[in-house]
Amino acid sequence: MSGGTETGVNAARSIVLWCPDWPVRTAVAAGLAEDGHPIALIDKGMVFASSAAARHEGVRRGLRVREAQARCAELTVLPYDATADQRHFDPLMTAIEQAVPGVQPVRPGLCALRARGPARFYGGEDAAAAELLRVAAEHGSPDACIGIADGPFAAEQAARAASRTGRVLIVEPGRSAEFLAPLPVDVLGDPAFATLLHRLSLDTLGAVAKLTTLELGDRFGELGVRTHVLANGSDRTTVVPREPQALLERSAEFEPGLDRVDELTFAFRRTADDFVAGLTAVKLVATAVRVSVEAESGAQSERTWLHPRWFTAVDVVDRVRWQLQGSGIDSGLDSPVVRVTVAPETVDAASHHEDGLFGGGPDERVHHALSRVQSMLGHDAVGTPAVSGGRLLADRAVLVPWGDRVPDAVTSDAAKPWPGALPPPLPATVYSPTVSCSVVSATGDQVDVDEAGMLTADPTGFSVRGRPTVRVTAWAGPWPVEERWWDEDAARSLSRLQLVDETGGAWLVLLERGAWALEARYD
Amino acid sequence: MTLLAEHPLEQAKADLERLLSLRSRMGELERTRVDDAVLHTDQTLADLLPGGGLQPGGVYSVQESTSLVMALLAGPSSAGAWCAVVGMPGFGIEAASRLGIDLGRLVLVPSPGDRWFSVTAALTDAVGVVVTAPRSRVGDAEAARLAARLRQRGTVLVVCGEWPRVDARVRLASSGWAGVGAGHGYLGTREVTVAVESRSWGRERRADLVLPSAGGLQPGPRPVLRAVG
Repeated sequence: MSGGTETGVNAARSIVLWCPDWPVRTAVAAGLAEDGHPIALIDKGMVFASSAAARHEGVRRGLRVREAQARCAELTVLPYDATADQRHFDPLMTAIEQAVPGVQPVRPGLCALRARGPARFYGGEDAAAAELLRVAAEHGSPDACIGIADGPFAAEQAARAASRTGRVLIVEPGRSAEFLAPLPVDVLGDPAFATLLHRLSLDTLGAVAKLTTLELGDRFGELGVRTHVLANGSDRTTVVPREPQALLERSAEFEPGLDRVDELTFAFRRTADDFVAGLTAVKLVATAVRVSVEAESGAQSERTWLHPRWFTAVDVVDRVRWQLQGSGIDSGLDSPVVRVTVAPETVDAASHHEDGLFGGGPDERVHHALSRVQSMLGHDAVGTPAVSGGRLLADRAVLVPWGDRVPDAVTSDAAKPWPGALPPPLPATVYSPTVSCSVVSATGDQVDVDEAGMLTADPTGFSVRGRPTVRVTAWAGPWPVEERWWDEDAARSLSRLQLVDETGGAWLVLLERGAWALEARYD
Repeated sequence: MTLLAEHPLEQAKADLERLLSLRSRMGELERTRVDDAVLHTDQTLADLLPGGGLQPGGVYSVQESTSLVMALLAGPSSAGAWCAVVGMPGFGIEAASRLGIDLGRLVLVPSPGDRWFSVTAALTDAVGVVVTAPRSRVGDAEAARLAARLRQRGTVLVVCGEWPRVDARVRLASSGWAGVGAGHGYLGTREVTVAVESRSWGRERRADLVLPSAGGLQPGPRPVLRAVG
């Protein structure tokens, strides 16, 4: 072998650390499921990851939810949360970075490192692997596996093979092609291409490697050439380590713990200033922050807060206060708070948010005024309205707190058809909750709706909670509204009636379980 | 002189007319800003309001009709102004949106509690039109301070209830529904008569308006004059 090739192999020599079932582990750590149970994480209607117990029952990646549930009846099905997954993996990455610098995150649960440095420092590749396993075990991943080979692809395959044999698999330099040869082409990670190769009787990477680069290049273009490089173990992709993140999160610890909201927010002020100053130093602003509060009792509350512009120190303190007050504690907390942490969730370059030379526009003034009202009344007290879906008017109106996004469910519900919803013109005043009222006939008895959905008598009088009865001059209805009849607890069955009184005012009343209530007024 | 003395009623009427015209001229002179253009207002309502529309810094009171409040807001909102509604938990947003109010620039503070006045004052600094429902009586001094702030910012205040000094009082004089009978049909179009009372003139001004099922307001049918006799 020439010296040049030797250096090339050395430069591409990679270590891959793989934590099996990482998404499942994240879900268990978040308390969504129990360890050891069959669990499946679903992404876009397909199984994305499953626990060992679920795989034992035949659940595989790529199955539809229904088929997975048919194969394993007691399967816990959870939605896959990529952000949580990434967030959970980050502490482990940081810990590995401290033991071995230069880590490239590939995806949550999988990271690659250059082999040469650690091998020299720890005195051999096996010693470096042992050190990495120790770090991983310390940070909650005792079953991590390590593969060392020429190039990240071969190293990843070695790590996967290691999970079946031992914990570590080291492929000697220059023997990666030999190691890869018996593996099926499916490991390339491109299902459509793998199917095509199978149909061409190229079932293993070895079979692909036996062809020439020219042949594969002619038939498949760039993809073919790349596959050939991967299959014959001559992958020269080097590990590109991530830039270590500046530590932007700040936390304040209180000893002894504080149990008053005002004391706590006052004490947190300096930390908030420090947090914003830290961001400013790297020319960033936070548009979303995550605040987590830890109490002496061990209880933890964590929430992400968005900001329509970007967070100043005062805004951060406000969010901490709202979070504490939101848990239903105004004056005293259940348990003293020992630690408050604030971390940026979304950051943006500060230059995108500079004020113009002549100050901001009118929308900025609106934002300031609304934020002031929010700090007077609370986060939920001020908002912009959005029309959602539903049959009853109160269900159709949603108040989105200022600064929050309109929930996706609201927009998608509004677009659906709602048979039974009220046709326009719509009433200007909607009572939520409804106000009890009475609708009477000429004989003075309460009007009712019979089993056929018809009124028992013509309504002639109408009164709202104790006020004098007004004469009804015209009415329309009743229209039945049946909601969620399949769910005993949430089922609603009611009749609606429009009434016009002698003064020309119109009312929308509904009869539910034998009682009349005022839903809305056309005033 | 003798002629006038013989008709004291005529004399009183003439005096009143002169007084009112002087008062409205005084009102013109009292305006503190030169760039006071009226806000974009629905045409039928604009004809009824003093100054020909919602004036920046003006205070208007609307009696017991949320639809009228929405009709007043529709003009400025569709022209791009921010609107805020304070202390009206029942404000029907779907009806508002159908009348032409842009929900993206509408701010609701449904339950301000006892702090409704401070919230209203805080919002006057930022948004174009503030609607508020007073929960308690407002003193003259407080109202005057807020009025100064409104004039400075050019914000319009619409009050649903009583207020010490207003530019105009808007109410529904009558309302009738079409499309509904004794147990058949459903509420369709609504013909209303809007009455506006102002310090600038003596008697109420009235106009007919049709509140339609969708999009914008329409003026009511004009009476046609025809020669008789």
